[in-house]
Amino acid sequence: MTQLTLAKAVNAGLRRAMEQDPKVVLMGEDIGKLGGVFRVTDGLQKDFGEDRVIDTPLAESGIIGTALGMALRGFRPVCEIQFDGFVFPAFDQITTQVAKFRARSLGAVSVPMVIRIPSGGGIGAVEHHSESPEALFAHTAGLRVVSCSNPVDGYWMIQQAIRSDDPVIFFEPKRRYWEKDEVDLDPGAAASLPFDRAAVVRPGTDITLAAHGPMVRTCLDAAKAAAAEGRSIEVVDLRTISPLDVDTVVASVQRTGRLVVVHEAPVFFGLGAELAAKVTERCFYRLEAPVLRVGGFHAPYPPSRVEEIYLPDLDRVLDAVDRAFAF
Amino acid sequence: MTGRRAVEKSTTPTPASGSTKRAPQGRGTRRTTELKEEPELIQLLTPTGERIDHPDYPLELSPEQARSLYRDMVLVRRVDAEGTALQRQGELGLWASLLGQEAAQIGSGRAMRADDFAFPTYREHGVAWCKGVPPVNLLGMFRGVNNGGWDPYENNFNLYTIVIGSQALHAVGYAMGVQRDGGDSAVIAYFGDGASSQGDVLESFVFAASYNAPVVFFCQNNQWAISEPVSRQFRVPLYQRAAGFGFPGVRVDGNDVFACLAVTRAALENARSGQGPMLIEAYTYRMGAHTTSDDPTRYRSSDEVESWRAKDPLARLRAYLDREGLADETFYKGIEDEADELAEQIRSGCLALPDPEPLSMFEHSYAAPHAQVAEERAFLADYLAGFEEEGH
Repeated sequence: MTQLTLAKAVNAGLRRAMEQDPKVVLMGEDIGKLGGVFRVTDGLQKDFGEDRVIDTPLAESGIIGTALGMALRGFRPVCEIQFDGFVFPAFDQITTQVAKFRARSLGAVSVPMVIRIPSGGGIGAVEHHSESPEALFAHTAGLRVVSCSNPVDGYWMIQQAIRSDDPVIFFEPKRRYWEKDEVDLDPGAAASLPFDRAAVVRPGTDITLAAHGPMVRTCLDAAKAAAAEGRSIEVVDLRTISPLDVDTVVASVQRTGRLVVVHEAPVFFGLGAELAAKVTERCFYRLEAPVLRVGGFHAPYPPSRVEEIYLPDLDRVLDAVDRAFAF
Repeated sequence: MTGRRAVEKSTTPTPASGSTKRAPQGRGTRRTTELKEEPELIQLLTPTGERIDHPDYPLELSPEQARSLYRDMVLVRRVDAEGTALQRQGELGLWASLLGQEAAQIGSGRAMRADDFAFPTYREHGVAWCKGVPPVNLLGMFRGVNNGGWDPYENNFNLYTIVIGSQALHAVGYAMGVQRDGGDSAVIAYFGDGASSQGDVLESFVFAASYNAPVVFFCQNNQWAISEPVSRQFRVPLYQRAAGFGFPGVRVDGNDVFACLAVTRAALENARSGQGPMLIEAYTYRMGAHTTSDDPTRYRSSDEVESWRAKDPLARLRAYLDREGLADETFYKGIEDEADELAEQIRSGCLALPDPEPLSMFEHSYAAPHAQVAEERAFLADYLAGFEEEGH
């Protein structure tokens, strides 16, 4: 076991994928000599060369469009979008081309691409550096959308995403890049869970919190605080947003009878709405309270001096928990 | 913007002083966007069918090769006419005609080796023909039975791309892949004059230049992007843009199949030998409507159309064949018969295209199972089965 930050764990996962498959190439802005602005690709160009760790021109649509072309030639490109807010110039290529290609070819051609997006707020950044656009991608058939919350998942899920024959949007919670955990880098080690499955990361009996990416840590902290008050909270790390592992959430709600969905993205038309609808359909008679949502507001992501008000935190999560019990 | 505002403002009633009425600001500062002088085209065949030489683009063709170029052009024109007819008869929802662009497509298409990969728009029926794609396959998306419907690897001809200019990036990426796996294939990105305004096309120029990718940008400048003339897309001749990106650009007579063949062949060889990208602007004309849904009489004059009819690419090659005594009536009759037969095949092939099964919409989006797809597929199957039980 090795102590790794999330950034270093994803780096180790990328390295392992590149060692195992010579067709894996990395593409992005500043990912070579600099190692990426978050250093997630640190050292990889030195070891794998400029042809496999490709510093690209500053054009996101260009990155995704050319990556699709490379995938058609048999490569497995892993693209880095430097910040969440910069994915939008590539939104057209991702949704109209990458997502649809396999269906348009009637299954003749798969597009094994991974699009890594450091996402979410909480780092005091300027505008366009703190977004959580997962719902926009989950709404598009043909894409898989996953979100890692910790170093172990960062290490394994990036490898699973690269091995996937489907295009994967891979969200990395940038404010958790420096959080550490023990990761088993032994070549014989294996992932404990497929990347299209959610995980109960803290068992509890009274209420379920479902979250992904950066909010998993927040929910675990909330659960710990609530435990001190005698309330037993179960936390589900969703891990995958498309497909959504509804079964795991439903199983949890069948035990607890209450659900709060937590994400940084705006609640309006968000993941929480989808999950609330699904859980309501399947757990209607078991629910003790409506499914509640905690998330960003229907406002542009605010200036960083007030982002802590915008972002769900321990208090906002516990406030929703209290409301769920007040029904 | 100020121009428009000023125009609107000038139409509102003003106090009757009336003496200082100024020209709307926008109109006063607007410069003509007409190109003053059109540059020379690379030409190997004059509109009257006279063979001329170009120092940079020599071309040796046997009589048989010249005849086969003519044959291809006649046949794809027939493919196209059949597409239009099938749309008019309600068998296709839409058709995008290539009429007038046969030389550009057959010339460039025939320049490719089998392993060279083409990234078309949705109008490259002639290139598809050269690459060996059965014409009926092109009808699927226009008939609405699929959204693509062929295996791009089968003929190294990518799926048609409807979002304007997207495929230029795919072509460059594919070429970057060729650079990395040691092949010596080259790639052609097709696009039109309208697409030259798209960010994706310009980004593809940047990427191709930056990596010196083995790609040829083949722009069919057919003068019209639906209703918008080329003057709305560029202020300098398009091919001159290449210089700004750091690779060569040329303008070729797009109605001259010999020139299109020779120039594309040279560009592909350049790409193959590591000399990087090249932009070819094939100067041609869209003789028909943008698609069967379009009405070009609303935006262009019949004089203009007639002036281009005089430069018809098929008539030009036929004039050459006749002038040189390379073809006789038997030859032309043979091709006409072949075209009739092809048209019949297309027609019957079109009518035989099966409607997709409703549940097939779920089939190919994902390579591996996806829970949401599985759930919705099961729902729809069950729902549809309910009608069958009721005997509807």
